[in-house]
Order: sequence, then structure tokens, then C-alpha cells
Amino acid sequence: MRTDNTKFTRVFLVLAALAVGGWPRSSLVAAEQAALPPALDRQVDYARDIEPIFRSHCYVCHGEQTQTNGLRLDRQDAAFRGGYSGPVIQPGESAESKLIQLVAGVRGDIVMPPGERLTRAQIGLLRAWIDQGARWEPSGNAVDFPRPSEKPKSRHWAFQAVQRPQAPPVRNASWAKNPVDAFVLARLEKEGIEPSHEAEKTTLARRVHLDLIGLPPTPEQVARFLADDRPSAYERLVDDLLDSEHYGEKWAKYWLDLARYADSDGYEVDWIRPHAWRYRHWVIEALNADMPFDQFTVEQIAGDLLPKATVDQRVATGFHRNTLTNREGGTKVDQFRFEQIVDRTNTVGTVWLALTVGCAQCHDHKYDPLTQKEYYELFAFFNTLMEINIDAPLAGEMGPYLGSRAEYLSRRNELLHQYEIPQLMNPWEDRLHYAARHPGEAAEWDINYERMLVEVDNGRKILAKPVDKRNFNEQASLVRFFLFNYAEVVPEGEFEKLKFEEVKKKLAALDTAYPTLSQAQTIVEDPEPPASHIHIRGDYYQPGIEVHPATPAFLHSMPGGGTPGRLALARWLVSPENPLTARVMVNRLWQELFGRGIVFTSEDFGTQGEKPTHPELLDWLAAEFVERGWSMKQMIKLMVMSATYRQSSDVAEDMLERDPDNILLARQVRLRLPAELVRDVTLSAGGLLNSGPVGGRSISPPQPKGLAELGHTAQFRESSGKDRYRRGVYVHFQRMVPYPFLMNFDAPNTLQSVCRRERSNTPLQALNLLNDPVLFEAAQGLAARVLLDGVQAFEERLDYAYRLCLSREPSRTEAENMEHYYRRQIRMLEGDASAAESLFPMDGIGSNRAEAAAWTGIASVLLNLDEFITRE
Amino acid sequence: MNFFDHTRTQTRRHFFNHVAGGIETIALANLLALEGRTAERSVTDVNPLAPKQPHFAPKAKNVIFLFMAGAPSQIDLFDPKPALQKWHGQPLPESMTKDMKMAFIKPTATVMASPRKFAPCGQSGIELSDWLPQTRTIADEICVVRSMYSEAFNHHPGQALLMSGHTQLGRPTVGSWVGYGLGSESRNLPGFVVLSSGVGTSGGSSNWSSGFLPSTYQGVTFRSDGDPILYLSNPRGLSREMQRARLDAMRSLNEERYHKTGDIEIASRIASYELAFRMQAAAPELLDFSREPENIKEMYGVDREPTRPYAVNCLLARRMIERGVRFVMLAHSTWDDHVELKKGLKKNCDITDQPAAALVKDLKQRGLLDCTLVVWGGEFGRTPLAEMRRPEDDDYAGRDHHPNGFSMWLAGGGIRGGQVIGATDELGLTVAEEKVHVHDLQATLLHCLGLDHTRLTYHYLGRDFRLTDVAGNVVKKMLS
Repeated sequence: MRTDNTKFTRVFLVLAALAVGGWPRSSLVAAEQAALPPALDRQVDYARDIEPIFRSHCYVCHGEQTQTNGLRLDRQDAAFRGGYSGPVIQPGESAESKLIQLVAGVRGDIVMPPGERLTRAQIGLLRAWIDQGARWEPSGNAVDFPRPSEKPKSRHWAFQAVQRPQAPPVRNASWAKNPVDAFVLARLEKEGIEPSHEAEKTTLARRVHLDLIGLPPTPEQVARFLADDRPSAYERLVDDLLDSEHYGEKWAKYWLDLARYADSDGYEVDWIRPHAWRYRHWVIEALNADMPFDQFTVEQIAGDLLPKATVDQRVATGFHRNTLTNREGGTKVDQFRFEQIVDRTNTVGTVWLALTVGCAQCHDHKYDPLTQKEYYELFAFFNTLMEINIDAPLAGEMGPYLGSRAEYLSRRNELLHQYEIPQLMNPWEDRLHYAARHPGEAAEWDINYERMLVEVDNGRKILAKPVDKRNFNEQASLVRFFLFNYAEVVPEGEFEKLKFEEVKKKLAALDTAYPTLSQAQTIVEDPEPPASHIHIRGDYYQPGIEVHPATPAFLHSMPGGGTPGRLALARWLVSPENPLTARVMVNRLWQELFGRGIVFTSEDFGTQGEKPTHPELLDWLAAEFVERGWSMKQMIKLMVMSATYRQSSDVAEDMLERDPDNILLARQVRLRLPAELVRDVTLSAGGLLNSGPVGGRSISPPQPKGLAELGHTAQFRESSGKDRYRRGVYVHFQRMVPYPFLMNFDAPNTLQSVCRRERSNTPLQALNLLNDPVLFEAAQGLAARVLLDGVQAFEERLDYAYRLCLSREPSRTEAENMEHYYRRQIRMLEGDASAAESLFPMDGIGSNRAEAAAWTGIASVLLNLDEFITRE
Repeated sequence: MNFFDHTRTQTRRHFFNHVAGGIETIALANLLALEGRTAERSVTDVNPLAPKQPHFAPKAKNVIFLFMAGAPSQIDLFDPKPALQKWHGQPLPESMTKDMKMAFIKPTATVMASPRKFAPCGQSGIELSDWLPQTRTIADEICVVRSMYSEAFNHHPGQALLMSGHTQLGRPTVGSWVGYGLGSESRNLPGFVVLSSGVGTSGGSSNWSSGFLPSTYQGVTFRSDGDPILYLSNPRGLSREMQRARLDAMRSLNEERYHKTGDIEIASRIASYELAFRMQAAAPELLDFSREPENIKEMYGVDREPTRPYAVNCLLARRMIERGVRFVMLAHSTWDDHVELKKGLKKNCDITDQPAAALVKDLKQRGLLDCTLVVWGGEFGRTPLAEMRRPEDDDYAGRDHHPNGFSMWLAGGGIRGGQVIGATDELGLTVAEEKVHVHDLQATLLHCLGLDHTRLTYHYLGRDFRLTDVAGNVVKKMLS
């Protein structure tokens, strides 16, 4: 950052305070009052005395052009309305008026105006004017400011409506396979650059498999593709892959990055979210069904508000539940809820609009035309939502559940009564109510009550309901909390007598004995929604004026009257008039297939983001997307069918020099696979991958001991059997101690929405791939596959191994190098039977153990090659 | 090229060309080597963590952050408040406590004076608690800051603020910022290492995350059980010689692919594997204390309880610094004494006091203290008010979270020892003099390393982010 930026920040911070005050209290203590310059003792005239002060010192930030922090002093109604924190002028009470306190600099570090301060005489005039009633009588001489008009629309490219451009003419028309290529080629021709030749068919087959379904092709699939010399061979392959149910698994991942999907709460306590996977499952299924993106959007943002919302549509709202939850003791639930709504607002801003709306949480956006007030108007759409877990039965669950539910309930009831739980809970609840109303009387009850708020979702609401008005899940969550935390408020000896440990055990046994329904994390509208306010400097503890849901003025307007809700917002996001959503989405699809977006900063289409490298192509794709009914599969097909996509990724030295970042697209690029796919291709080559039923619960592969203990609350349960070998997209993501493999290979930490993964290259990745027992198993598996294939000669075996891993044959020198390595290993292994046995523990495969062990070595070399973990 | 002029790191390749100014020439040499133009140089010199120039002449080159997670009680250790005696067992007037933000207790809680004995220590006469007998012996080396404050009053947000400059999770942490700014001097070990004792910290891996910086800069945890670094040992049955053979084979094949594709990323991959191989040898050597003299081990308390786990980490930290590791974080958790403060605090002091003091002395006798910044502290402090979860049991009493005025100490490179910075008010409720915000501490830490915190930035989400967010001032008085 350059130093002028800091200065800017400082000035900015000062400005941010103007007119807002931003203090929890507004009356001055006596000492502060004494510091105020006295009011002048004479009759003050607004036009003669006050307006000139405002004009020369205030209008620049609080006039017609700019209204920093919402304050405008050149118009009477606006001036008396005040800024984001409320009124600044209280007629008759100058000492209480924030305007005076700010210009006098008697509060905090903030003095207005920044720079040259008002004189004591000027402040005295302002005080006298306010004390005399703050009469606003502009002089005839004053410039008559026009009525406030709509802000001039921003001219930034991304905020202009999408206009479908014509594909430009090109000289080498035969190269272009579809209009995408015309846009790319036109630019290349202008630069005098030839596009690269088409990639070899083997490369193309591996590329398109990895890009569309995230799994490498089998040697048979490659052979079939090579043998198919019909002109439509490639298109058939693409169609097959788009129809594959593995397509959803591959493309879900980038969406889950955006949705900051994880299987735990985050923060210190980091509870596991056992139902989170239902949302992921919904995403995979929606993508496989090619759900149109507008519907995909509406269901996630507001599926619960759709008429006759289905369970699936409500599950889709799990998008909003992926935000973190802080259950650390001592957390203030209302403050943290505010932070969750902030995160939801920012996430929607990033995901659909590619705008850094979060910048306006604390102040008007510095670069984009978004005011702080507009930020909280957006926030207000989400501030009315409430988290709720619903019963979301999977196929087959309903019958057994209904058949046994009555019995379960009666046995549970019996059990609770046997231990007098309801009798104990009644006075406990009364005492919690009391603690809520009288904080500070008994520390242990304060703590117990606040812990309940943090640990029981919607605890305050549940406690407020009479017992018979609570549903089963509500009451059960309170009972559970009671059983685990009552000890905090009873003397130790007394607690022992209650035998809660027994109850807990018996309840757990009962729960396992009876069938239950699966649940899903969803949202609904809060029947008693809190009001929304601007928060001064983004601080929960400093609410300013009240705001209502509305969309930012610089974007297209929202139809209809009244107060719009979340559903209207969702529809607004995918309105054909929205200049951003379609562009933002096609750019992301492009980024997945070409390594960088047409707009490189796929997370920021604002004025600080990069400009598109091919603006017309972007607009053409965006227009096409809407016209094709928001079909993501069709857009992906369009892109992968292009000649641009099919180019070789090899790069000549002069082009590397000329276009290191491949902005001009005169080639494809080599991209290291994302973390999950590194795992998938490795397990797949080793014959270990369980690509079983698509979707489903999360799994936990074995991880080194002691790892979970690095988090504050260790909780790790290793999956057994085939589940360990499920695809990477299903790996349980524990936010505070994630599976190390994923982190080593740049999977996002899921704490915030991520649009663009890094592709780092580190020694820890090397150690991981070389030595992780799970991955070494894959090498052993691959060796066994090769040895069991039936061919005997070294060259033939190597050929098969190459085709399994890289979809191609080895070159002559590669074969020589491998043979050299093979012989080197044999020399080392001869006479070391135990080493050979460790390296290849299977019996009866290959002609002898040393040979098999040496093949394990070859297999592991292949699985570690840069090419193996790269999409070329 | 001044790498701070760059505005973004978009791809590994871009990073390679523009960010790590120091490695550009090496990378070129490697390309030449790959093309067979020079026989002797090899791709193994490509190192994304190659040392980089700071903004100005640094005082310190390395950092050891003794991270006392959970919030140690400054009132019982560093900040004597005799005036509390008068109020002991009484609530304070509302006017004094109404602005306090606490996690568990209410402002009406009663005062708990510290039963600890303080005494002036060393030439400087800094008053320290009787539960820190060894720290007392380094009083003239350390700069005690009694005027730290923070906004966060829960652990995880507090730790996030201390480590990453922001209460929301997901930002890069101080160790990764330092690695990004300076690279590492070690060719065989990671640049940012995390050692942990006690229970895990509230922040877990978010305390050493590289956030939105490339994962190259994330902290690497050295573990006390099993492999010190994850996956450091070869698979069973695979000797070091065989590992070498494996790497040689990969390297020849990767080089061939490089020639075909022209992708410099492959050179980087080869280099990563070679660094991994060296790490496999260097880490066990680092962990091998057999050649440390007995008196040194004795000094740290390596071979006895309760100091052992922390002493091992402190000695390891010194050995890492000697081997060029840039940033070592020693997390010890937890100091979160809501209940049974007497017992809990004593226990943690007994574990950490001697090793931490020994570390400072040992660095000094080796001439390493001048170039190593040592920081001791947690995410906030503890209240002068008591937390009484069992009102009838005085020994059960503890203290709540206290972000409004707490203590830390610094020593070594760039720091003027033997002084106290700032003061809290008479009752320790809030900072009265020379406020030092967590961001100021961060700015000062970077300053000691020759980095201007306002210029150490990374462009992300449309703006230049920095460790100190939009604030922070270097505390000049701390500096030597």
C-alpha cells in the first residue's frame, strides 16, 4: 500500500465520525459542558450568520454532492433529520446537539470539520442559533440549491445493462468453432498472434473428464475416444460427461466454496453440524438436474418463502446456515447474530453481485456507489430471518418413524418423569427467567442463562413459550441443555443424588433404539423480527437510524410497492435487468475452465476490480446465459466446445514472455487440480476410490493422531470401510481443525465466501503426497492393478500404468528413466525382504516380492508427478 | 524490483515473477539449468520463501511469540493494584464499571484483590509477581506493557484480533504476514513454525492460518507426538536412500515434462520436493537434543516436570532460530481461569516461567537476543472483579475476561528492556496512560523487523489489506 492510502484512511476515519457522534450517550458531563465555547449573546440570523459557516466549512462533505454519513446541511428538512446516528440539531439545546459537540471537539478523538477548526466565535454563533430555536430562513441571496435529484448513475462498466454484442468478423474463420472463438480470435488477430494448435486427443480427453466430472478417464474410455473418428466424437464425449451424475460432484465444489460450506460451527467450540450435508446434497442434485440458475438462486435465498415450499426448497436455504456460529461461553447472542447477518449480507453481495458490499458495513463504500445506509437496507432483508432445523425425512424414513413414534414418546416421557426432570425443570426455568430480568444478582445463574442462549438455538424464544406450546425438538433441546448444565447451579452433593448421568445414558439408548427422521438446517421468517438500524462504524453497540429493506439505488430498481422481502430480493438478483448476476456467473464458469476469469477478480466487479479482458465476450456469454434459460450445463458446453478451450496448454518461451498470464487466450493453461480432485485422481488411479452413490453424508478419512487435539474441543470420528475412500467433496470439514490434506492443497478455510482458490506449491504438499499412508496405499493399489493386468513385460506394464494415471503412453526417455529407477530399486530391495514386504504387503501378486515393491515405487512416482495432479 | 509495489498476486506464476523479488534470478538460473546450459545449478534453489529485503534496516530478524492463550491474569502477575485491597469483597460504584464489557460476570460483581506479592526487580525495579520468580531475573531485559487493550471480550475473536488484526476469522496471521514480507532464512525448515503445549487454543489453526495469502505462508505445526511435521517420515519400508531414488526418478520425469510444456510451475514443484527431502533430514536433527549440554537443558527445565513440555518447546524455538526459521509461535493454553484461579494460574506459571526466562537468557548468551524479538502475552487480561460461580467457596473464585487493560512483555531485537510502558488506573479497570492497542503492538512488531505496517499489504477483495487493518501506530517508546 502506498502511504497516501494511509493518509486517506486517517482522513476517512475522521470523516466517518462527522455528524454521527457515534457515542453510546449524548449528554455531556459538566466538565465537558464547561469546555464548550459559550453561546453568543445576541440575536442570530440564519441567512447572515449560519449559512455562510455551513457553506464554507460543511457543504463539501455534507452538501448537495456528498452526504457523508447521511448528513446534509444545505437543506432544512435534511439538516433536521440528521445523519445515520440520528438528529444533530436539537433546537433550544445547543449543548446537547451533536453538531456543537463535534465542532467543539469535546468528545472522543473527533473534531469537525477536519483540517481548519471553527473559531470559538463561530461555535458561539451556532450555539446561539440553536438555543434561539434554530430558525431556518434562507436569505434571498443564498444560492437556491435544487431539490435533491437521483444520484447520477455510475458509468462503471459492470453497472451498465448487458447489451448482446455481435460476434466480430475474423480472418481465420475456419478456426472458430462457435461465437466464443470469434471474440477470442478477433483480439488475437489484432495482436498478430496465432492461437495454439488443438491439444492431443489424449490430453483433451483427460482435460474434459477432469473439468466436467473431476475424475480421470479410464484407459478404455480414452481408447474409445481415440478410435471414434466421427466429427461429433468430442461433442458426444462432452454430452456423456455432462449427463454423468459425477458432474454434480465436481461442480458443487466451487459453489460450496462460495457458500462457505462446512460441517461444523467454527470458532472455539466448533460443534459438528450433523445435518449440514443436506444442503450439499441439494446442490449436487440441483446441478445434476441442471436447475436453471435463476431458480437455483431463488430457492437458496428464499426457498422457504415460495408458495407451498417443498422440503427441498427449504433445504436449499441451508445456504444461509453455512455462516459460522460462536458458542463460546460469554458470547453475547444478539451481537453475534448481528455478525451472522453481516456475513450473510456480504456473502450474497459477493456471490451474486461480485461486490465488496462489506466495505460499507462501517462507512459509505470508498470506491463503489454504495452508501452505508444502503448496506443496512440490504442487511434488513436478512435481519428478519430465523434459523430453524426442520424434519426433512429421506426416502424410507417416514414409515418406521410414524409406526414407532407414539411408543417412543411415551417411553421418553416415562423416563423423564421417573427422574423427576419436569418437576426439576419448572423451577429452573423460573429461575432463568428471573436471572434474565435481574442480571448481576447471582453469577452462577447469569452464566447458566447466558450459556443457554448460546447453546440452545432460539433459546430465548423457546424459554418464553409455555411448555405445552413448544414442539418436540424445542423442548428436547432445552431438556438436553438442562441435563448437561444444571450442575452449574446446584451444589455438588445435591446434584449427584439426581443421577443425571443415568438419565443421559438411558435417553441416548432410547434415541438409538427408535427410528428418527433426518433433519436439515433451514431458515424461516422470524414472527417477531427485530428492527434494522444503521450501525455506526459497523459496531453492533452503536445503532443509528432505523432502515427498511431496499436495494441499492445505483442498480436496477425493484418492482412493486410496499416493503419488499427476501423473496423479492431473490427475484431482483436474477432479474434480466440485473447487470451483474449473469456476468458474474458466466465469468465464474469461465474461470473454472480457463484458470482465470474474463474478469480476473471474480469476487469484485466493482470499480476496484479488474476490467474484463474480453468485455464483449463476457456480455455475449451473459446474454446467452439468460436467453438459454440460465442453463449452466449449456454454458459449460458452449465453453468446452470452443476451439479456445481445446487448445494445447504448452507454451513457447516467447509467448510466456509476451503473455505470462495468458490474458489473450492464445493457449490453454496447465492448472494444478483443486485439493479434492488431487485426492480423487490418486484414489482412482490406485483403484481405491469409492465413487458409490452420489450425494450423502460427510466422511472422515484417517488422519494423524493428535491433530484434532489442536482445536479447543477435540472431536474426530474416523469413517470405516469403504466410506474412507469417498470423493473429496464429501470429506468432513471441521472448521477449526480441517483435514490437513485439504488445507495443504489450498481448499478454502470456509470462514468466508471464496470465489477463487490459490494454487500454491509447497514442500508440505510434497510430504503429503509422498508419505501420507492413505496416498501410499493408492500407490500399492496401483502397483497391484498393473501386476494383475496380465501383461508381463516391463514396457507393457509401464504403458498400462501410464494410461491409468496420465491417459497416455510414456515417451521413450520416460520409459528409460523409469526402467533405470526400477533397477535401482531392485538392487536396494534385494536382500531386504522385510522392506519389500512393507512396501507391497499383498501376497501372490507379481513374480516376486522385490519386483512388486519396486512397482509400488514406480506407482508412487507416477502419483507424485506434476502432470498427474495437473489438468493440462 | 521493489516487491511492495506490486498490487496483487494472482497466480503462482505471477507470484514467481513479481512477488518474490529475491528468487527471480534464482528461478532464471534454474531455467537455464533445466535447459542444460549450466551443469551445476539446479532447480533445487527455487524457494518461494527465499529471504526478501525489508522496507528499512531491521533490528530483529526473527520472532518468538510466546502466545499465552486464554488470557493470563495481569493483576496477579504484572500489574500490581494495592488499591484493590480497600475494595476487596465489595462491589464497585456503578459509575466506575458501567462501560465495562465482560463475558460472564456483571458490573455488580465484587472486587478480588490479588493475594500475590510484588517486588521491584533488577536495576530497573519493575514490579513483578512472586509467581514469576524466573521472569523476575530477566526484568532488565524485558519491556512490560501494562496498557494493552483490545475490543474483543471472547477468546476466539480476541485471538483472531491479536494474531490477524481482525475479530472476524479468515485473515492472514502475523506469522504469515512476516513470512510474506521477509521470506525465511532457512532452506530446510518451514519459515513459520507453531509449537503447542497444554490444551489446544480457542483459535486452533486460525491462529496460524495464511488467510487469503498463499498457503505457502501458513504456520506449520511441529507436533510433540508422532511425526513432528505431518507426513515427515517415509512410508514403512522405504529407506532414505530409496526416497532419494524416488525423488530422482520424479525429477527426471518432471524435467522432461517441463521441456515439453514450458510451464515454470514444474520447476517450482521439483524445488518443493527437494525442500521436502531436506526437511526430512533437518527436522530430526533439529529435534535431537543429545548434543545440548546438560546445563542448558537444566536451565530450561527440559528433563523434569512440570516445566518439561514448555521447556522442550522453548529450547526447540531457540534451535529453530539458530537454523533460520523466521517466526516461531509457542502456544500455551489455557490461562482461562474463570474458576480456581489460584490453582490454575500457579500451575501455568510453574510450567512456563522458568523456560520462558531461560529462553531469553540463552538467546542473550549466544548473541541471538539482539536479532530476535520475543513477545509474551495473551489475547486479553482478567478482571479485577471476581467471578464467583460457587459463592460459598473462595478457593473456587476466578476472574473474567478483561480487554480494557492488560499486560504483555517484549524483549530482544529492537526493544528497550528494563522499562514499563503505560499504566492502568488505580483499580486496573481501564488504561490510564499510554494506551497500546493490539494493532499498535502489531505495528511495533513489524517495525522491529524493518517492515512498515502501512506498506505491508496484500490486494484482496478490491482493497489493500494489512495486518493492522486500518489502524495501528508504532509505539516508539518501546524501541531501543
